[in-house]
Amino acid sequence: MIRALIAAAILLGAMPAALAVEPSEMLPNPALEARAEAIGKQLRCLVCQNESIEDSGADLAHDLRVIIRERLKAGDNDGQVVKYVTDRYGAFVLLKPPVEPATYLLWFSPFAILILGAAGAWFYLRRRPAPPDEPLDLDQRRQLERLLLDDQ
Amino acid sequence: MSWRRAIYLLPLAAFAALAIYLSHGLAPGYNPELLPSAMIDKPAPAFDLAGLKGEARLTNRAFTDEIVFVNFFASWCVPCRQESPVLMDLSRRNVIVLYGIDYKDKPADAEKFLQQYGDPYRRIGVDDSGRTAINFGVYGVPETYAIDRTGHIRWRHVGPLTDDVVKNEILPLLQRLGAS
Amino acid sequence: MIIELGHFALILALAVATLQAGLTLTGAARNDLNLMAAGRLAALAQFALIALAFATLVHAYFVSDFSVANVAENSSSAKPLLYKLTSVWGNHEGSMVLWVLILALYGAAIAWFGDAMPPRLCARVLGVKGLIAIGFLLFILLTSNPFLRLSPAPEEGMGLNPILQDPGLAFHPPFLYLGYVGFSVAFAFAVAALIDGRVDAAWARWVRPWTLASWCCLTLGIAMGSWWAYYTLGWGGWWFWDPVENASLMPWLAGTALLHSAIVVERRDTLKSWTILLAILTFSLSLVGTFLVRSGVLTSVHAFALDPRRGVFILVLLCIAIGGSLALYAWRAPAVEPGGVFAPISREGALLLNNLILASCCATVFIGTLYPLFLDAVGGPKLSVGYPFFDRTFVPLMIPLLLAVGLGPLLAWKRGDFLGALQRLWAAFAAVIAAMLVTFYLSHGGPVLSVLGIGLAAWMGGGAIVEIADRLRLFRAPWPDVVRRALTQPRASYGMTLAHYGLAVTVAGIAASGFEQQGIALLHLGQTLPVAGYTLRFDGIGRHEGINYTADRGDFTLLEGTRVVAQLEPERRFFPLQQQTVSKTAIHTNFFADFYLALGDPDNKGGWAVRAYWKPLVPFIWIGGVIMAFGGAVSLSDRRWRIGIVARRAGKAALPADRSRA
Repeated sequence: MIRALIAAAILLGAMPAALAVEPSEMLPNPALEARAEAIGKQLRCLVCQNESIEDSGADLAHDLRVIIRERLKAGDNDGQVVKYVTDRYGAFVLLKPPVEPATYLLWFSPFAILILGAAGAWFYLRRRPAPPDEPLDLDQRRQLERLLLDDQ
Repeated sequence: MSWRRAIYLLPLAAFAALAIYLSHGLAPGYNPELLPSAMIDKPAPAFDLAGLKGEARLTNRAFTDEIVFVNFFASWCVPCRQESPVLMDLSRRNVIVLYGIDYKDKPADAEKFLQQYGDPYRRIGVDDSGRTAINFGVYGVPETYAIDRTGHIRWRHVGPLTDDVVKNEILPLLQRLGAS
Repeated sequence: MIIELGHFALILALAVATLQAGLTLTGAARNDLNLMAAGRLAALAQFALIALAFATLVHAYFVSDFSVANVAENSSSAKPLLYKLTSVWGNHEGSMVLWVLILALYGAAIAWFGDAMPPRLCARVLGVKGLIAIGFLLFILLTSNPFLRLSPAPEEGMGLNPILQDPGLAFHPPFLYLGYVGFSVAFAFAVAALIDGRVDAAWARWVRPWTLASWCCLTLGIAMGSWWAYYTLGWGGWWFWDPVENASLMPWLAGTALLHSAIVVERRDTLKSWTILLAILTFSLSLVGTFLVRSGVLTSVHAFALDPRRGVFILVLLCIAIGGSLALYAWRAPAVEPGGVFAPISREGALLLNNLILASCCATVFIGTLYPLFLDAVGGPKLSVGYPFFDRTFVPLMIPLLLAVGLGPLLAWKRGDFLGALQRLWAAFAAVIAAMLVTFYLSHGGPVLSVLGIGLAAWMGGGAIVEIADRLRLFRAPWPDVVRRALTQPRASYGMTLAHYGLAVTVAGIAASGFEQQGIALLHLGQTLPVAGYTLRFDGIGRHEGINYTADRGDFTLLEGTRVVAQLEPERRFFPLQQQTVSKTAIHTNFFADFYLALGDPDNKGGWAVRAYWKPLVPFIWIGGVIMAFGGAVSLSDRRWRIGIVARRAGKAALPADRSRA
């Protein structure tokens, strides 16, 4: 149940932006075109900062979109197409940083921080309450009762 | 110092670490837009491009047994004009073997550009589609690649070449690769 | 001549800020009422001087005085008047003047309304604000001075980046600055409390209105920026996890957490040192954001010009301000009396969960934004962190919090009845199921995750309504009773309901992006494109001249069957001065869905590339933001924030006990 919720959350967050792909670039085969879009959305446009090649109007983005579609038509699978691009441009071109030792800190820190914070909150909640005061003597107890009765 | 006190110091310690990283980002050599080439130490991609002004085609088979520099340029590229004098100087003094690849340009415009700023290249190839550039991992012009005798890419510079780059990077590189 | 006056006014403002800091902090230390009063006057004077400086800059832009370097670099005479105004803050130097103007505005407001505050607290707050002002005025005068002349003066200016010439941009930066510069007040209050060594309910009462005001403005500023990007940038996205966007989101997340934890301090006198830390961190994040945007350390679609020297200056400012306050925190916070305990399942517990998750989300955005820099610093590979990272971490973290938003307000203080609250939320459960069924049906079995998202939004909205209904004893008490309750509720409780409801609306808008439909085609005149049950017809293309651009304008008719719904006129504008082409989209909205049309490239054979999208519920994203800000404003108008006047009349500084549940 939790896992399904998390999966839901992940995919909910994938926000489909509008695309810069030109009609002339699009493949006639809708399944291939969909794959091309999905791959393109994972690749960074290097001359625009923070856009994927699917969203960017830049020349380089256009060229890469065309190449991706060519390679898909030639029969490459998704991994091979991505490798074609990363071979030439490095892992920087991936919008999703690969999960590798260099990025363990990145990927695990959000939940690590949540857990650390929760632990901290737990210890905070478990603090010993202040020790009880000196017991009241008879006069003070009578006073207390009177006050309580007044309040009601 | 008690546990409690130590915890209160954590935010300050974290900020100190952050300040150190941020100052690294301000160091003169740091440029977030500068990418290291993924093609270093890989064989240079094969290409076969038409020549400029009716000359012979340029292919990578021309780079036999010598250290070769390939410079991607274009007539519409402003920084390319800045590096022209440096390239002309290198070519005149025969320091390096320089080939040029004209990226996504009209041949007529490229010829005008070379007339105006000089032609430092031994030969030029015309990369009309930009495909060869992508195979090299080019993401903007100008970019310059060094290919060694075995045909592997050993160095890339993004942006216009300057005298500093020549002195501090190209000359040592030539020594390392064993220029004759 | 006028510009020199402005320059001089700014220098004078620096002197006055120094005076302000000196008078107030000395006055507070010595408990000297005269010094403290003088300090308050200094704060008012500082604002007047900076306002004058700002006015001269605006004047220079209005008359296109190109002898002023800043105007020459960022403006041109052939520009509409509105954009001459917005160019003032469309560049680094001018926007910094706006920054200190708003800093001084808040300071002046505190000085003006400060009668009700304990004098030493007011003085210390103004003192800290004065110190911050000194730092940033020095920054402007030494590294980013917009009042410098250019000699010889050019004939014409370089103009404003075409993409920035838009009415939405006019209001986006001022609201943003009203937001995250406003958090300097909470920061100053925190430092003042640390100096004093005391945090109590009264302190929390004073902090909240200022934090709330800043939060409202920041919410609006972020919503505006997102909406502007949506209709300007031509690809229909509205959030890109761009470093500059993240720089504004982080203070918002921390500020939201601060608003909620301040409630706990005020009502239950606990979570005090955490709230102090949060107040410091919120403004610190604003400062770090300022650094990131202006130093060239991160790449961004809309970062200002890169200059490491300025970055060094801001970094030093950061070290002094943030390092100093955190050092003060480490030293003085342990002295703050710990407060009462509470059960984990309680109103405080829910607010603690709120803080926990918001802090984790904020840390996530922070780490993601700065990770490439960190990797580079430790000699790691060059990697980039794009939206997939944030989608997979930020969103799952937020979900539990959004679920809690529906339930939390129904829990009692100190010890809440979880099951009882769930039972009272039966109506919300019903709303969830109904919403999901309706959505599933309307979208013809659309993506399950979007349907779940709508369900989540229904839960949150339903929870907000159930809470207010419960509070008013709707359907349980006789009508006169309900009305009486409705009229005597503190406005803050309505504010809370509105804000949570607004959040639900935004979540619905975000979730619905899964139901989006698109049509991309090359169209010739007369051809049509079917999209989402509509038909788009390409009627014509023509040339159009703007004041500083030429454009190709397409004429499209949007039809539903044979009924004409709208005429759309997207453009591709070419600005000759900057040699840039900018797409201007045409959007038809009925506030429940947008029909979004962008004109692409021509194929020079009579065909034009056309991209059309039907985006259901997307307006909700920003409408929700407006509702949230409105809720905050309603809370702000609560007469309890003006309690100071009552207390003053009553002759004591103590606050009356408040047993209402709010």
